[in-house]
Amino acid sequence: MIPELGQFAIALALIAACVQSVLPIVGAARRNTLWMASAQATAVLQAGLLIFAFGALMHAFIVSDFTVRNVVENSHSLKPMLYKVAGTWGSHEGSLLLWVLILALFGAAVAVMATNIPLALKARTLSVQAWISVGFLSFMILTSNPFDRVFPPPLDGQDLNPLLQDFGLAIHPPLLYIGYVGFSIVFSFAVAALIEGRVDPAWARWVRPWTLAAWMALTGGIALGSWWAYYELGWGGWWFWDPVENVSFMPWLAGTALLHSAIVTEKRDTFKAWTILLAILTFSLSLLGTFIVRSGLLTSVHAFAVDPERGVYILGLLAVSILGSLALFAWRAPAMEGGGLFAPISREAGLLINNLLIATACATVLFGTLYPLFLEAVTGEKISVGPPFFNAAFIPITLPLILVMGLGPHLSWKRADLPGVLARLKWIGVTVLLGTLVVAWVADGGPLLAVISMGIALWLIGATVQDWARRVKLLQSGAWARIKRQPRAAHGMSMAHLGLAVLMVGAIGASAWKTDTVSFAEAGTTVPIAGFEVTFEGIEQVRGPNYIAQVATLNVTRDGAFVTQLFPERRVYPVAQATTTESDIRQTLAGDLYVSIAEPAAENAEGLWTLRLIYEPLVNFLWLGSFMLVLGGALSLSDRRLRVGAPRRAAPLNATPAE
Amino acid sequence: MNRLVFAVPFALAVLVLAFGYWGLSNGRDPSSIPSALISQPVPDFALEPIEGVDTPGLSTADLKGQGLTLVNVFASWCGPCRAEHPILTRIGREQDLRIVAINYKDQPAAAADWLEELGNPYALIGSDLSGRTGIEWGVTGVPETFIVSNDGIVLHRFPGPVVGDGQRRFQKALDAAKAAQ
Repeated sequence: MIPELGQFAIALALIAACVQSVLPIVGAARRNTLWMASAQATAVLQAGLLIFAFGALMHAFIVSDFTVRNVVENSHSLKPMLYKVAGTWGSHEGSLLLWVLILALFGAAVAVMATNIPLALKARTLSVQAWISVGFLSFMILTSNPFDRVFPPPLDGQDLNPLLQDFGLAIHPPLLYIGYVGFSIVFSFAVAALIEGRVDPAWARWVRPWTLAAWMALTGGIALGSWWAYYELGWGGWWFWDPVENVSFMPWLAGTALLHSAIVTEKRDTFKAWTILLAILTFSLSLLGTFIVRSGLLTSVHAFAVDPERGVYILGLLAVSILGSLALFAWRAPAMEGGGLFAPISREAGLLINNLLIATACATVLFGTLYPLFLEAVTGEKISVGPPFFNAAFIPITLPLILVMGLGPHLSWKRADLPGVLARLKWIGVTVLLGTLVVAWVADGGPLLAVISMGIALWLIGATVQDWARRVKLLQSGAWARIKRQPRAAHGMSMAHLGLAVLMVGAIGASAWKTDTVSFAEAGTTVPIAGFEVTFEGIEQVRGPNYIAQVATLNVTRDGAFVTQLFPERRVYPVAQATTTESDIRQTLAGDLYVSIAEPAAENAEGLWTLRLIYEPLVNFLWLGSFMLVLGGALSLSDRRLRVGAPRRAAPLNATPAE
Repeated sequence: MNRLVFAVPFALAVLVLAFGYWGLSNGRDPSSIPSALISQPVPDFALEPIEGVDTPGLSTADLKGQGLTLVNVFASWCGPCRAEHPILTRIGREQDLRIVAINYKDQPAAAADWLEELGNPYALIGSDLSGRTGIEWGVTGVPETFIVSNDGIVLHRFPGPVVGDGQRRFQKALDAAKAAQ
């Protein structure tokens, strides 16, 4: 009964979305306040219905209702409760339901919370948001109903892929989706602005918190996914330039560019068309990501089950939304430019360079991701594009970006005094140079590029800290009061920039100075790595709730002194017929000692195990940096200027309505 | 500003989506990247026999100096494997070829039943329970069949079942491999 109610709720939500996609926008054109205000009710109703549907599906998972196909295919009665709940979004249908739920929640949030936005803009935005809802709800109802029944019901389920049974992964998709789908509301704002034919600082200010919220969630989601790959998959890496990773990274890059460009629109009333374009592209790239992951268009280690029928439907949705919005952009945006002028050396120019570089980086990732498809279509040749391309193409774009990033906050709006700024940063430069030499000495060789990159990361740290200290006059009395008085957004920027530098330190350390050994071990074997000696003591069999594990005991010593014991595992999940590697890690800020074991080395190998040891220097700075990025976003989001002091729109000089 | 500039994103998006449509519509298999193993020695591996089946296990050494050999990757849970099984058996018998197998991620009992039911044309069968050897061979799905030369060099990788049009293509590759020996 409950699954049917869930299905019914989805159908009702579709009806609500249909009403919302027409009534408010027509109302806005006809200045009918009642029609415009109806968006509020339908948005909340839609969200409520989808919350109910999602709850119904979750209930089916929790009580292990094996008459529902989705539960049969993705759950098992013996699975721990957390993963039963997480199983709700572990499949294509369930994650799609989560997708539309978040879409509706963002719509409802705008309907309820955004009280300072003019009614017409709000009505149009919510209508555009409903167009997306209609597309995806109908997709779900027509091709991927999560509540399909199965008869006769099997005795037990087929279990969720054991790789997905991990806490990090249980919360990774929701976060990633909040990021992906959160940009939908920014997209809706952009399209609504295009329809109105008007973008101004007030618009940029209204959109900013939504962009920030989505960006934070996406940052957190990507970081969690990377953390998961590192800890759970046991591959000893945190970023693989896999298509599925790339499609989450592209909206992040575009969203980051959007955050910065929107600041220029807000403060200086310029870059309007560009900001709108970025808002459209960010969500378009999210949609492209959904499409690639679900259509099987590109191969990936994490893709969902391939189904061409679904692929064509999503492609249709993509074509309508992306081409529609970009056509609207081509039509309306040319009338939009104007605004403040600025000198070649100014905050605006710095942000322009930042945007160009990020956009180039994003285009590079897009090109690399889709290149195999292009090449196959044109020449029939099949290739895959891997890390060598991305590293060679991405890093040279990023390094200048980081250099400018250190400088940017020091520049003033309109016209900046470059010699003055450089004089201010003189000592930072010298310190960074010395620091780089120290790095080169400590690293004792290593790739030159890594040393240079490390220097650039240090530069960003130095320049950011110097900028912050100068703004709050840290060394003079009353600094604390000044820190509190400064807008939180300014602290947020410093925190996020610093976070990126920290993240970079981790990324460079863990990729350039990583050491890795694979050896066959039996009880008593000692393997040296990065100054440690690791001794393999033996294997023990352990039973878990729904798996059987072989647990190895490893003694770690340094120069003869005991450091720690590590227990990597290999788990066999009999129901899902899969094995997973649970690595064990000694974590310190200086680096991770990462150990994993693989099956007995086959032939005549009684008691011989494959032992993989990796030393990843500085890798924890990656997670620390990611956390600081999110924290920076949160600080900025909590800025009271975003909540109170509702910006008033300047009366337009020649007020001609758009329609 | 030139209005055309504002239409550039639209044009690029049309291009990307057109490629996307092409990618979905012509029944292509995105995972059929050519094997990096072609013209390379077979990877190092050693597999135990399937528990409860008399056929011995399979390792790298078994693929050297034994004439042209077909390495069939199969699993009892895979439908297409069932379809190609009689055809492979016939190819082996009629063309006097040695066929060995990698039993991919399969439960021993199920594999044993499967061989019992359909017949066992394989000289050697390695049980790749974990799929590790499958990764070494670059297997992207079952069934897959490799043609390995007398010197243990991979001559051809054939993903998918050897049936219908697939059989014709496979035979072509096989004839080329025989001519090269």
